[in-house]
Amino acid sequence: MRQTTPQQDLLRGLWRENPVLIQMLGLCPALAVTNNVENSLAMGLATFFVLCGSSLLVSLCKRWIPGEIRISVYILIIATFVTVADLCLAALLPDIHKALGAFIALIVVNCMILGRQEAFASRRPVGRALLDAVGTGAGFTLALVMLGGTREVLGSGSFLNVPLFGPSYEPWVVMILPPGGFLTLGVLLLGLAWWEERRRERVKAGGVPAGADMEPSPALGMSLSERASSRGDAA
Amino acid sequence: MSEPALGVSASPHVKGGDSTPTIMWSVVASLVPVVASAIYFFGPSAALLLAASCAGALATEMCFGQRGTRRLCDGSAAITGLLLGLTLPPGLPLWMAFLGGAFGIGFGKLVYGGLGQNVFNPALLGRAFLQAAFPVAITTWPVRAESWWSLRGDNFALPLMSPATQDAFSGATPLGLMKFEQTATSSWDLVLGTTAGSLGETSGLVILVCGLYLAVRRHLEWRIPASIFCTVALLAGGLHLLDAARYPGPVFTLFSGGLMLGAVYMATDMVTSPVTHRGCWIFGAGIGLLVIVIRLWGGLSEGVMYAILLMNALVPFINRATQPRVFGAIEAEGGS
Amino acid sequence: MSEERSGNIGDAQRRGLVGDEALPDEPAAEPAALGDEVSSLRMILTLGAAGALAGLLIVMVFNATLPAIEAHRAEAVRLAVTEVLQQPARYEALSVTEAGLVELPREDVQPANAVLVYVGFDEGGRATGVAVTAAEAGFQDIVGLIYGFDPQSGTLLGMKVLESKETPGLGDKIQKDARFVAQFAGARPPLEAVKRPKGEEGEIDSITGATISSRAVVRIINNSLERLRPRIEAHFQEVVR
Repeated sequence: MRQTTPQQDLLRGLWRENPVLIQMLGLCPALAVTNNVENSLAMGLATFFVLCGSSLLVSLCKRWIPGEIRISVYILIIATFVTVADLCLAALLPDIHKALGAFIALIVVNCMILGRQEAFASRRPVGRALLDAVGTGAGFTLALVMLGGTREVLGSGSFLNVPLFGPSYEPWVVMILPPGGFLTLGVLLLGLAWWEERRRERVKAGGVPAGADMEPSPALGMSLSERASSRGDAA
Repeated sequence: MSEPALGVSASPHVKGGDSTPTIMWSVVASLVPVVASAIYFFGPSAALLLAASCAGALATEMCFGQRGTRRLCDGSAAITGLLLGLTLPPGLPLWMAFLGGAFGIGFGKLVYGGLGQNVFNPALLGRAFLQAAFPVAITTWPVRAESWWSLRGDNFALPLMSPATQDAFSGATPLGLMKFEQTATSSWDLVLGTTAGSLGETSGLVILVCGLYLAVRRHLEWRIPASIFCTVALLAGGLHLLDAARYPGPVFTLFSGGLMLGAVYMATDMVTSPVTHRGCWIFGAGIGLLVIVIRLWGGLSEGVMYAILLMNALVPFINRATQPRVFGAIEAEGGS
Repeated sequence: MSEERSGNIGDAQRRGLVGDEALPDEPAAEPAALGDEVSSLRMILTLGAAGALAGLLIVMVFNATLPAIEAHRAEAVRLAVTEVLQQPARYEALSVTEAGLVELPREDVQPANAVLVYVGFDEGGRATGVAVTAAEAGFQDIVGLIYGFDPQSGTLLGMKVLESKETPGLGDKIQKDARFVAQFAGARPPLEAVKRPKGEEGEIDSITGATISSRAVVRIINNSLERLRPRIEAHFQEVVR
């Protein structure tokens, strides 16, 4: 049992326990709709909205929800916010709504959201729950935009629909197709693991300690293979 | 754990001369005639493309490969680069060939842990990436150039920029002609290689001779190409008998597209093919079947690349299913 | 994938993967009475109340957004119809039935056999063309399109792809290649997709590298027109507004 500060609650989900890049949750939308920055941003913000709304409500109502049916109630709350987000998006940004298709409705089954309710919002005061939701939602959006940015720059030669390389750029079509999502995510995780390993080597060599105020997160502290094996144990 | 895995008897031992580098370099040597025919048919473009794809493969191996002085000397990266280059159309920009080589080695081999660990043939993975990334450039087949010295397309397009394509330059491969325009190509052109197509795949005869040399030197599992050829010839022959107007005959099917190159050089990659003899026959038959299915009923005119990659994925299962019975071993009661 | 993973959340918490907060530091805030008996009535009431509130909220948002969503839909149809009918003065949605081009519902017409089309009119109220939507399999997935047809001259007025998942950069040129799209205006069906046009009527120069997608567009228009043409031609003159 460890007390966390409000800052930690806010910043944790953003990077050190990033839902996509570290916890590897919510990969379905992260792979499916990130073929450009616009869609990634819309998907990220829709998820952000759903997460914040659900966390707020779950934290507010936690005392009145019987334990036996808490998951059903969480799902109900999440589904309501998803429907609201779906309708608002269809009314305000019809083109993006069409591009995202069924994946807006599928936010309901994004286990990252349900995970935050069960693990955090249902046990903490409202303010902390909201901070955590904001951090996690922003981390999710950040990861999606990183994926979408890479894929759009390579796959369409533009960023947020602004052409970067002029008219004769040859787009890497594969990057805006589904395989491009897997490739980009794989490369991103490879880069993160390599960077983390380098950092740990530097620490071991007696260089700079890993930030006095930032203890390494449990997940980041593990190498990819350790993470895989610990996951295998749990299964 | 009680018994050692390998029985080692007392000396003297007979020492085989083969090592990974000698086999790899002998494959490279056997590719020389294929490369020469590619350069003969497609001029300086062929030489440039092969150099670019090799450079991509070797540079990636050098930058990200395992540390050590011999990492480039084992020749496997060079083979990947050469084989990838031989599957490319002559007019492809050089930067794409370089990228394909880098992808093949990086994502086809190094991410799995280096030589011997990979599931898919690295050269074909590079080719598949290029096919998915640049579908137009990789299916643009230039027609015969006016002189040997002239380039066969916009090889020197700037990196990341699209090649200047002129429609007058684009021809069609025998397979494309057959699929989309129902036009047959003469068998002699196919066997000798005087058709449009990728660099190394046009001359079936040269590839067969080189394959034969490798098979005689035991550096190539002859059962795999034999099985592929038999399956393809049987299926194509049968379908041709059923409906000669719709389905091309076995000679056309065998000598068109990348079938020869794929069967002799790609499918026989030691790392990504089965280890048992029975497995090799199954592996080859699967490739032959998939090639026919993709070519005749698929959306693409050529299917050798995907056929081999798909069968690569099945190799571990084929290996497991075709384990030979150990001599003298007694099957366990109600064996698993 | 997500559902599968959600089962592991408990494990992830135990290992500290999800975060340190898995262990509550506020025992009082523990979800009510894990372990204590909770009466079924209370559970039903809680779920019912939550469901009712959720339903109420959704209905409110639905009503608030409905006008905007319908306006977007109508605008999309308007854009497509005016494009493929070459800017008619106005247009109307009618149904092609055995009784002619009529407005449904009508007692003497089986709605099952009716096909909705858009008829364009000039300023004088004379019908100028019919816009028809059609969809069939393309290379990757279903290709949906709308085309304008002028029964008097027997030529097409235009074509617009509404929906397609064809390969970006190749097959999606049926949508984005202005030269390919422009060929349909003035073409005389039945169409034929060819590689090298000889200048005959009804020829569509197919896109290099996207032969299958080009042929799909041509096939969709031919099939749809084959079905509807007799009825449209028989009754087109009657339609005056």
